[in-house]
Order: sequence, then C-alpha cells, then structure tokens
Amino acid sequence: MDHIYETYDVAVIGAGHAGCEAALASARLGMNTIVFVVSTDSIALMPCNPNVGGTSKGHLVRELDALGGEMGKNIDRTFIQSKMLNCSKGPAVHSLRAQADKQEYSRSMRRVLENQENLTLKQAEVCDILVEDGHVTGVRTYSGGVYPCRAAIICTGTYLNARCIYGDTSTYTGPNGLPAANHLTDSLKKLGIEIYRFKTGTPARIDKRSIDFSKMEEQRGDERIVPFSFENTEDDIKREQALCWLTYTNETTHEIIRKNIDRSPLYSGDIKGTGPRYCPSIEDKVMKFPDKDRHQVFIEPEGYYTNEMYISGMSSSLPEDVQVQMYRSVPGLENAKIVRNAYAIEYDCLNPMQLKPSLELKKIGGLFSAGQMNGSSGYEEAAAQGIIAGINAARLLKGLEPLILDRSQAYIGVLIDDLCTKETHEPYRMMTSRAEYRLILRQDNADLRLTEIGHQIGLIDDERYEKFCLKKKQIEDEIHRLKTTMIGGKAAIQEFLTSHGSTPLKTAVSLGDLITRPEFDYYSIAEIDPDRPELSTDVCEQAEIELKYEGYITKQLQQIQAFKKTESKMIPDDLDYDEVPSLRIEARQKLKAIKPLSIGQASRISGVSPADISVLLVYMSRFKN
Amino acid sequence: MKNDTICAIATGATNAGISIVRISGDDAFTVADRIFVAKKPGKKLSERKTHTLTYGYIISNDEVIDEVLVSVMRGPHSYTAENTVEINCHGGYIVTKKVLECCLGAGARLAEPGEFTKRAFLNGRIDLSQAEAVIDLINASNDAAIRNSVAQLSGKLRDKVVSLRDKIIRDTAYIEAALDDPEHIDLTGFSDDLEIHLNDEIKEIEYLISGFENGKLIQNGIRTVILGKPNAGKSTLLNALTGTKRAIVTDIPGTTRDILEEIIVLDGITLNIVDTAGIHNTDDIVEKIGVERAVDEIDNADLCLFVADASRELDDDDRKIIDLLKGKNALVLLNKSDLTPVLSAEELKAACGRDVISVSARDEKGIDVFVSEIKKLFGLGTLEKKEDIFISKLRHKELLQNALDSLNEVLKSIDLGMSEDFFSIDLMNAYTSLGGIIGEEIDDDLADKIFKEFCMGK
Repeated sequence: MDHIYETYDVAVIGAGHAGCEAALASARLGMNTIVFVVSTDSIALMPCNPNVGGTSKGHLVRELDALGGEMGKNIDRTFIQSKMLNCSKGPAVHSLRAQADKQEYSRSMRRVLENQENLTLKQAEVCDILVEDGHVTGVRTYSGGVYPCRAAIICTGTYLNARCIYGDTSTYTGPNGLPAANHLTDSLKKLGIEIYRFKTGTPARIDKRSIDFSKMEEQRGDERIVPFSFENTEDDIKREQALCWLTYTNETTHEIIRKNIDRSPLYSGDIKGTGPRYCPSIEDKVMKFPDKDRHQVFIEPEGYYTNEMYISGMSSSLPEDVQVQMYRSVPGLENAKIVRNAYAIEYDCLNPMQLKPSLELKKIGGLFSAGQMNGSSGYEEAAAQGIIAGINAARLLKGLEPLILDRSQAYIGVLIDDLCTKETHEPYRMMTSRAEYRLILRQDNADLRLTEIGHQIGLIDDERYEKFCLKKKQIEDEIHRLKTTMIGGKAAIQEFLTSHGSTPLKTAVSLGDLITRPEFDYYSIAEIDPDRPELSTDVCEQAEIELKYEGYITKQLQQIQAFKKTESKMIPDDLDYDEVPSLRIEARQKLKAIKPLSIGQASRISGVSPADISVLLVYMSRFKN
Repeated sequence: MKNDTICAIATGATNAGISIVRISGDDAFTVADRIFVAKKPGKKLSERKTHTLTYGYIISNDEVIDEVLVSVMRGPHSYTAENTVEINCHGGYIVTKKVLECCLGAGARLAEPGEFTKRAFLNGRIDLSQAEAVIDLINASNDAAIRNSVAQLSGKLRDKVVSLRDKIIRDTAYIEAALDDPEHIDLTGFSDDLEIHLNDEIKEIEYLISGFENGKLIQNGIRTVILGKPNAGKSTLLNALTGTKRAIVTDIPGTTRDILEEIIVLDGITLNIVDTAGIHNTDDIVEKIGVERAVDEIDNADLCLFVADASRELDDDDRKIIDLLKGKNALVLLNKSDLTPVLSAEELKAACGRDVISVSARDEKGIDVFVSEIKKLFGLGTLEKKEDIFISKLRHKELLQNALDSLNEVLKSIDLGMSEDFFSIDLMNAYTSLGGIIGEEIDDDLADKIFKEFCMGK
C-alpha cells in the first residue's frame, strides 16, 4: 500500500560522496531536498582506501571546492596525514593527497548534511523512479512511501544489486556488509535505461598490533601542508600527522598467488563485471606482470578510532585461506591478523553515454545521475559529478541553463565529457594524461579558474568571492610589476648573476625574464628585487608559475582557443541525423545515440571522422538558413 | 577552425603551360609577401588593391624559383570569400611544386581535398542548392585522399612509421604512468634515456624526409634491374615497353660512370632501368658482369624483373637468379607465351615461390597486367595522375616535418631542465602527426598503453 508524503523539489538517492555533494548543492541553491540513504551511519562512507585526493583526483577536489563543494573542507577537517605528490615535477602534475580518519570523515559530513537548511535525511531504500510524460514525478521506497519530487539524482555508488566475493564465498551485500539496493535496477530497466555491470575490489584490513613495523619503511606527511579548501590557510589546519608504512611483496607471495590462481573468482569466471585496469588486484598484477619480482604495499591507518590498517596495493578476491598465507608472506605481516578480508564487489551502473553533459538522462527529464552509477570510480570523481548534478537539478527547476564545464576549464569537464562521449568499458578513473590542457588545469589555480563560476551559481558567498578578487588582483599586479621592472647591467646585478651560474646581461631585461631562466625562480631573485611587496605564498606561487612557464602556457592557451571554436559551434537539439546526406553509417549511429551538444563534442566520438564533421558543418549551415 | 590559411595547386593539369597555386585565409597576403618579390619595387601584396595583378618572382633562400603573376583578392570578393592570393606559375610541374612548398614554408597549411569549395560554401559564397553536391565532394575527395595517401605508403615506410609511433607512445606512457602513480613508478634518470631515444627517432624521421625531398619515385623513378638468361627476351621486353604509345624514352647518363640508365615513363610510373652493361644486346647479366656486381645492382634496385623463357626448361642460370631474388621486390615474367610452352607458369611459380605473369614481349601481350602489378607492388594502384602522388607525398612530408618539430621541442625542454610532464604534450603531437600518415586516430591509445605496459595502482 503506497503512502504519499510531502513533495520535494529534489530527491537524491544515496548519500555517498556523489550524493552528499548533490544534496548539499541542491539544498544550498534553495531547493527543498530529500536525501535517501540505506543507513544514516554510512553517510560519506569510505569503503575502500582511506585517502582523499591523489594524482588528478586532488585536482578534482580543489575544483569542487572552488565551485562551493564540501569534500575539500571535510578532508581538511579530518585528515591525519597530508602530502603533495609529484613535487619534483612541473606544477601541472602536483597533486594533493590526504589520509583521512575514515570515521571522522563520515561523521563530519553527516553533521554538515544534518544541519543544512532545506535538507532532509531519510533512511530508506528507493525502489522506483516515478515518471510521467517523460519527466520525473517522484520516487517510491521499499516500504511503499511515495515522495513526489520534480527532479531526482541517482547516486547509488556500488550498492545496486551489489555482490561481494572472495574465493567461493559470495554475499549479496553492498560494501562493508551494508544492505544492497536490489530493486532500483529493475525500475530503471523498465524506463529503458541501459545497465552495465562493473566490478571493483578492496584489500584486507589488518590489526595494527599484529604488524611488525620495524621491517617497513616509514612514510611521513609533508612539513608544509597545503589545504584542499581555498577557504583554509595552512595555520587553520596544521596538526600532528599519522605515519604510513611501506613494504613489498616477494617471490613467495607471488608463488602463493600463482598456485591458487584457479581459486580466484576473477580467473574462474565467477566474476562477470568489468574491473578497472588502473586498480588491479594483486593476483592481476602478479599474473599480468610476471617479470616484476616485487610490488609495493603501503600500510595506512584507517583512522585514530581503530587499529585497523588498510593494506594498499593488495586488493584481492582470493579465498580466505589463501589471503592469510599471502598477506603473511609480506615482511612485517608474518603474524598479521586479518580483521576484514579482501573482497571484490560487483554492482550495476548505467551506460553514461545516455547522459547529457549536464548529467541529466537524455531519455527522462529531471532524472540525473552521478558517481559510480555513471561508470566512474573513486570518491573524488563521484563528488565532482555530484556537485554538477546537484547544481543542474536546481538550475533545471529554476529554468536556468545547465552548468557545463568544458575540457579547457576543469578536470571536472574532462571527466564528464569523457563519460558522456567516449565509451567506457571499465570503471573510469581520472588521470592527468586525460586532460589535454593540463598545464592550465592546475590544482594550484583551481580557484582562479572556477570561483567566479561558483559565485555566479550561488554556492560561493560574497565574502569569499571578495577575498578571491583581491587575491586575483594581487597576482595580476605582481606579474605586471615583474614584467615591467627592468634591471640593467649594474655591477651588483652582474655579480649576482655570475655567482648564481647565470649569464651576465647584455641589455636590460625585466625581472620576469630572469625568472624564465632555468637557474632562477621567483624566490631566488628576491635579492635583486628590493621593491618586492609583502604577499601571501599563494600569490607568489601564481606569479612564479605564470612567469616561469609562460612559453608553455601561451602554447596551451592557443590550443584552447582553437578548441573553443569547435566547442562553441552548437548542434541544434532537433537535428535529425537521418536527414544528413553522406554521413557514414557508423558515424550516423554514434551521433544519433550520443546527440553531441557541439561540433567539438561530436569530433571526439570514436567512429566519427573529420570527413563526417565536414559533412555535418555543411549540413548545419544549410539548416540554419 | 576555418580561418587558418591554406594553399594548394588549383589547376589540375599536368605539364600545362601555366598552373595556379592558390592561397586562402586570413594570412594569405602575409604568406605571399614572405615569398614574393615584385619586379618593380613598391607596395607589399597586403597593401595592394583588391583584384590586381602583380608581376614578380617567387624567391626561396635568395634563389628565384619562378617568374610569376600574382593576383590579390580581398575577402569576401573571392572564390572562398576569404583573402586569396593566386600565383600563376610558368615553370611547369616541378617548379609549381616548389612554389607550393614555399607557401607551406611561409606558414600556410596544405589544403584538404575540396577545402576551397568547402570554405566557399561555409562562407556563403556558393548557392545553397549546391550544398549536397559539396557534401558529396567532401566525402568523395576525403575518401580518395585517405585511399591515395595510405596507398602511397610503401610497406617499408608504413613499418617505419608504425615503429616510430610505438617508440614514442611507449616513452609517453612511461612518463604518464609515473605521473599518475609516482609512488610505484620512478622517473629518475629517464630524461637521459629519452634523449637517446629522441635522437634516434629524429635521425630516422630526417632520413624519411630526405627521401621525400629527393622525390625518389617521382623524380628518379623506380630503379629497375632486368635479369634473365641469354635469349630469354629481355631486350624484346624492353623494346615492347619503350614502344608502347604511352611511354616516353630518354637516355641520360647515370650517376655511376659506366652505368647507363634508361628512363621509361609508363602509365604515370617512372621506371629507371639500369643497364649495367648495355642490356639491349647483352646475354646474361649474371654472366657478363659477374655475380658480385649483379648482387650489388639487385641490392640497390627498387624492383627486379626476372624474365624467364617459356620455350625452354628451367636451368641453373634461372635458379641462380631465383636465389638472388630472395627477399627482394621482384616480378617474375614468363616470356614467349606465344610459343608452345615447355616451362609452365605453375612450374615456374613453384620454383621461385612468386606469382608469375605470362607475357609475350613480341606480341606486346600481358604488358598491361605487368604494369598494373608494378603499381600494386608500389602501392600506386589507385593513382592515376602524377599530381596525386605528389600531393599525398607532400602531405606525408608535412606530417613528418611536424613530428620532427615536436620531437625537437622535447629535446629543447630536456635541455632547459623542464620536468618530464612537459615532454608529453610534444611527444603526443609527434605521435598524432605520424598517425596522420598511416591514417590512424589516437583515441585511447595512451591510456591503453599505460595500463598494458606498466603495473599501476593500489
């Protein structure tokens, strides 16, 4: 028997990393929002690794923060170790990563959700999406509660028809033994939505007291901490940091795995879902890379509240008895007591090519989807999609144009464009190599790229925005000053140059020119720059990067200009590809399925050739007339 | 997208008296000014009135390439509705080609087939009713271009490009894998290795480019050696070839002192027949100049023609030749197909492991088959006109040059002490350029390579 309850603007299904951001964005933009969760104890749960950020994922979190998301602030509140990765490389690939206290992270996010105006939390499993005339009208829970709504966002993560497997043990549960969501898939299929089955996995958790850390290398956090959120300074979040540890597998480990490989459900064929190649199980690593005689294993605390340690690098779905042998063959883990076994998890998700770049389903108005449901993997990828889905649900209801970030604006843009345009056959992970304009899409300038947008949308308040504008101006002024402050061949300067192994000046140059020399940077020329104003580290950093890499940056900006040209050539919504003469069959099919927004997007579809694009351009210009 | 400046030979004819090189796009005048000097010094082309003609010279490296008439047309009053320069060249085909190369060097890009027409349409210059015709044109010409372009590739060039691409993407994938997973993959010292790889790759590409500059197949022809025992009919064959109506025969001294080359242009293909000791009246090349010399010639040849005699049994001379042909580009002709056969095509095929073409040099029979086999062998099958060969070659050369420039950029970045992530942009540019030669797209090559080759992740 159905019971109809009060009406909401937006219903969010799931309160993982995507669901939390979606719900918060929607509520903060004034939408009356309800968020359904299988257990209120599992809000913003981190069922796998205890990190936020990492290469390219760190970029996503900082972008999310610049748009007004919560993940960055939440990890700043709850991290126990922080590291900037790739510090020896160029600024484009510096990536922030923090170890989280998992429980604190989850609790802290729950607190934010519970205290958010316009936001209602409800523990219930949603079974049905109610649709009338091609538009969402509500959702129905397992217990028969009907919640009318004008938009819904599916953020079911790994819970849809989830199944956890190791060896021949398999249970139909979500991660951490939480209940799976077993009904929504059918409802989606009935709505004509194509469903994929993906797989991922997690390693064992081991009791800290059973580990011999003396056989491992210590891994410390950074001295200087960069916050994820642009609202925080280092002083706001500085704290005592926890230790991680590094050890290695060895030939014995590999021998154990090889001997038992036929008992792995990944190899026996029991697991049908497609797993991520960038996150292989230890059995995959051993079988696919037989030449490697050892693999790294990082031992990471799950938080201060527990003795459980996460065994990073050794996810597995081997049977329990093999797991025990395998982990105990690793130096330092000889007497390891496994608290939770490693397992693989299979789950349903949708084919993301069914989405518009706004993350609304093409088929059903008002129905959005975000996170692992869209075939991505990772907390950060999920959160990034969550905020976009939340913003766009709100904007749809307000009758506003959706927010679509393009590939030259943000990693978030790359992520969503890839998902919607390119076929995904495995859980999608963000990588810096996927961003063609990565020199511009740096983690250090995420605020400069996106705060303006966050403010326009309404998720960045005026106070923060004014602070941002000041910072932006300071950067511009400082760059201008450095570019226009000329230094001549005074003896003191020539001496300074030669003493730093640099060539003396023949003509006057600007301070900016000196910074571009490989042997100098912003900081090392301070001595010959007496008028330098007192500026924050962030401002100095921007001036340094913009000047130091100016040549490369200009090159990328030119590429972006060319890119924007095709991106701004919009394809009319009602263009009938069957009417376009001379398109090749494959291109016609792909274009019909994906319905690209722009010529730019169309050109990225595999199977659409430059000739097809020319045909399309010619046809469109006739169409216009 | 539509405003970059393009150029091409706008006239289709072969060695017509006048041919036109057209430049179209925002920078058309600037490009032309870089290579054109007026007879009477005065205004630059960019300062001249629209629809005027100027007489002068195309200059490259202070050398006059051609005496030309140049017309200046300002957009929108031109065929493409863009700024357009048309260079009327007088010096024949080779010279026109040089003028086009000058335009490319001065900053224009080689136009895609049909691109002038496409621009004309997109700029509203052509009537809308012609839209569908334009679409067909674009399609047809693109397909043809791709076909020609790919068909142009000899197996060797293709293999080289594939192997170059493979090396480049492997290095890129290694860098990217390390950037994405710095805790598992270390880049220490990699720049040194990369520099070595790059220098090798650059050398290879430079070598390929120099091959294009010689325009080997076009200008020098296919270096061909004819082999066969005495009286197999080599000279009759040669006469048959030279006697063909379509063929042009000239005698020019060869590069080696005592070697005479006979050039036969046959149905658009230039055969450069090496007559090491006067093949017209000789008996057996193997006998006459010695096995060692023959081996040399065969090694240097692009093509060996083995003429066997259908009226006689296979003998040791034939077998000697068959041995020499192993691993070479060769065609086997069974001559005297007009006589009662003693040696059958099957028998000969079994002996040499190659397809056999039956010909009668005396009756000029089978010559067409033979010519089309040569075309197939050199991937010239679909090409009808010399210009097509040249254009697709030029396209290849342009792409090779782009790849070369990109790799040099990487070297520069290494030299400047930039970190590895800066290398990827230019490495991938080189990879894409090379991909254009063999008609392959990038898509997810890089990600695939990363995952396949390197063990990543948690």
